Amino acid sequence: MNALKDHISFQASTLVLREKRNNLLASNIANAATPNYKARDMDFDREMARQNGESPVRMSSARHVDGLASIGTSGVKYRQPLNPSFDGNTVEMAVEQMEFSENSLRYMTTLTFLNKRISGLMTAIRGE
Amino acid sequence: MMAELKNIFDIAGRSMAAQQVRLNTVASNIANANVRSGTAEAAFRPLRPVFQTYFEGGRRNAQMATTDVRDVVELDRDPQQIHDPGHPLADEQGFVYVSTVDVNDEMVDMLEASRQYQNNLEVVTTLRTLMLRTVNMGKS
Repeated sequence: MNALKDHISFQASTLVLREKRNNLLASNIANAATPNYKARDMDFDREMARQNGESPVRMSSARHVDGLASIGTSGVKYRQPLNPSFDGNTVEMAVEQMEFSENSLRYMTTLTFLNKRISGLMTAIRGE
Repeated sequence: MMAELKNIFDIAGRSMAAQQVRLNTVASNIANANVRSGTAEAAFRPLRPVFQTYFEGGRRNAQMATTDVRDVVELDRDPQQIHDPGHPLADEQGFVYVSTVDVNDEMVDMLEASRQYQNNLEVVTTLRTLMLRTVNMGKS
């Protein structure tokens, strides 16, 4: 049973992470007109590595920033805005839309891989 | 306090509701542009919604956030005093008070609100497709 689970677990956990990121990006888009809202995102590669038990790239100081500034412990970070805006909102619609469309495309891709894996398993089970 | 956020439909739905409130205030403002009244107090002042972010599970660790309308406020703009003795609402000195709605302002607000509404709707459409495909996983 574990062999079957291991066969698809990587794609499955990726899908979960992609969904989390989709929620974050959707929250940004929902708050595009709220004064003082700071756009949030996650470092997908880093979260992926953490989920798979790999140690992330180490920095010489915990206060170094890698494009996104940390908030809490859940891997959610603040986005660094390209252009500051008057009302303190850091949501940039073009950026969010591109990230969102890329993320949903990657979700779709992972789903396709997952489907292929499942149909591969089905072929093996049927022995056709 | 409002109900918790469970999924993308809650996020987008509540944000769209907030934008709807904004569109309603714009409609009220435009409907009351250049409306005259007998006293300065009774004159119409433009309405504006105040948006506030709702973070699910606290500000620090929120994975989801949406927009709520905290309040609808009247702008602190004094109505314009106009001398028009022939007007039926004019006071003893012959003054009427005209609401100070800037129609250009309102149009810009309306366009922005409707764009935000569309963006949210687009997010829902995209994620709904993804969900449908996920439900059908393994069938194709």
